[in-house]
Amino acid sequence: MSSNLALILTMAALFAAGVYLLLERSLTRVLVGILLISNGISVLFLVVSGPAAGPPIVGISPESEMSDPLPQAMVLTAIVITLGMTAFILALAYRSWQLNRHDEVQDDAEDRRIVRLAQQDQRSSSYEEPDENDTDDIDRSGSDFDRPASDTTRGDS
Amino acid sequence: MTSAYLALPVSIPLFAAGLTLVAGRRPRLQQLISVCALAAVLLISIAILIYVDRNGPLAFSVGGWTAPLGIELVADRLSALMLVVSSAVTLCVLLYSLGQGVADANEQTPLSIYHPTYLILSAGVANAFLAGDLFNLFVGFEILLAASYVLLTLGGTRARIRAGTTYIVVGIVSSLLFLIAIAMVYAATGTLNMAQLAIRLDGVALPVAITLQVSLLVAFGIKAAIFPLSAWLPDSYPTAPAPVTAVFAGLLTKVGVYAILRVQTLLFPNGALDTVLLWAGLFTMVVGILGAVAQSDLKRLLSFTLVSHIGFIVFGIGLASEAALSGAIYYVIHHITVQTTLFLIAGLVERAVGTTSIPRLGGLAKLAPMLAILFLVAGLNLAGIPPLSGFLGKLGLMQAGVAADNPLAYVLVAGGAVTTLLTLFAIAKAWNGAFWQTPSDRVARSFGVSITDASGATVKIKRAPMATQTQHLPVGMVAPTAVLLCIGLALTIFAGPLFDYTARSSQDLIERTPYIESVFPQGVPR
Repeated sequence: MSSNLALILTMAALFAAGVYLLLERSLTRVLVGILLISNGISVLFLVVSGPAAGPPIVGISPESEMSDPLPQAMVLTAIVITLGMTAFILALAYRSWQLNRHDEVQDDAEDRRIVRLAQQDQRSSSYEEPDENDTDDIDRSGSDFDRPASDTTRGDS
Repeated sequence: MTSAYLALPVSIPLFAAGLTLVAGRRPRLQQLISVCALAAVLLISIAILIYVDRNGPLAFSVGGWTAPLGIELVADRLSALMLVVSSAVTLCVLLYSLGQGVADANEQTPLSIYHPTYLILSAGVANAFLAGDLFNLFVGFEILLAASYVLLTLGGTRARIRAGTTYIVVGIVSSLLFLIAIAMVYAATGTLNMAQLAIRLDGVALPVAITLQVSLLVAFGIKAAIFPLSAWLPDSYPTAPAPVTAVFAGLLTKVGVYAILRVQTLLFPNGALDTVLLWAGLFTMVVGILGAVAQSDLKRLLSFTLVSHIGFIVFGIGLASEAALSGAIYYVIHHITVQTTLFLIAGLVERAVGTTSIPRLGGLAKLAPMLAILFLVAGLNLAGIPPLSGFLGKLGLMQAGVAADNPLAYVLVAGGAVTTLLTLFAIAKAWNGAFWQTPSDRVARSFGVSITDASGATVKIKRAPMATQTQHLPVGMVAPTAVLLCIGLALTIFAGPLFDYTARSSQDLIERTPYIESVFPQGVPR
């Protein structure tokens, strides 16, 4: 079976541009990247379905000259799904812009905090001094209880 | 029983989703419709399970188009079991969310879309478990992912939009990879029907087959959160509402695991990538649990244990022996119930105190003993303390690992043991911080007790009054959690019959013929 070189080159170009855009931080560019890749996949399905032939309708083209209808059905489904996803990402990007005045993918704040803790080599919040272990913590003097609860070193003095 | 029943677990929730959308302004009616629909799905799934176990796999051609062309729904023992467990879990979580009043009065969760989206999610999960061809599997994934995108960003708060962005982009990229893999499979074989693929892939040249296998595994590996592809999960799950996180943790990754299990046994039984899977399983276990140990937020800690314990299942799939697959299937069931329970408990903690950050908690064991018991049992179950189901699942997998008797399998057995110990450590750390210790100001305030009297001296903490406890922990939320916990315990009590069942399903998976013959009773068309 021979394949159409033009289609394959188109597909490769779409994939390359799409992957480049996917790696950007702005959600709108990511969206364009997703669109390019999904169009590339549609072209890939065209390549997969073999050389172009007559419409696959009984009575219009003889059975030996029909093109394969299944990939076309799949491409249609994929296009519909991509449409829905595009609408959702656009809404998401707009909401992000409403909230933050930009649509960039942000870092995970909690993750950053853990990394910072690790860099400072701070002991974990559930760590206790050994000499405190043998006293019942409920009967301990309450001197340190009015510290802010957000303090990550609560529990050891 | 006609095979048309197979369409019901997909079509009932979809239909009910439409109804709940119409009934958007009547919360009571919406709740009634969702509960009835999911209860019906549960009953039908149990019926399918019993039938399939007695009479072998069941296949149904949707719309009357016969096998290689049409959409095929197939239920063998594995799919039926997954279907029963997933519908039980979705029903419990739905009841929990009703108890929480997620669907009313809470400004962060819009009233009318929660129920339809949740039902569509359950339809997508059922469709993925029943799909008999790769493209229908893709559609099932898309249905459940689209619903999950909406659920994860419910209300559109800043944190959820941030977490949702990562989740959605990762989800869409994995779907695109899956679609590319589907196109390549079609190019190589000319079919997407899994039963026919099982035969045709035998004739495909090995390098081509491995390319196809790698691309499918990468697509599913992102969904199942297997090590190099798992970083998105702990980032995005914890910000969602508690019931949503619970159902995601229970089901979404397991759909990916199910797809890997199906593809590895039915389509590529030659085991070309088993070593790769074993290494991936090892790193998933160890790296995941090391992440869990570092966390100081209960939900994030649970998300990391979720990733880590998927490694156990991958370990079973990679060994690919009958005992290993059986252990892996049992472990999937255990993992679904225990993770969902733990996330629901984290939701209870959040409801009672308003935070799940472990340094801000403390003293809950005294103040809310019920909550403490729930967490302790579920946590020990996750860590694999005998005789709970976590122990039995790990035991089954490790026995299979030792029986495989090769160096890598022993490394994985050791890795599994280390992971188990570290899980116990992480759970003990969470227990110590959240349930023991002196109650923090925040905890004391929410339970209406004071830790210091007027003179500034500490007073002895007593159990919070029952009225305060029920106010903070509504029965409607505690009861479904307890039911789910009991299902987890039942996995221990009925471990014998259950292991027999998983052994039979893994036998089916390895034989392949029951599945193929159910789709093509007259032999596979070439």
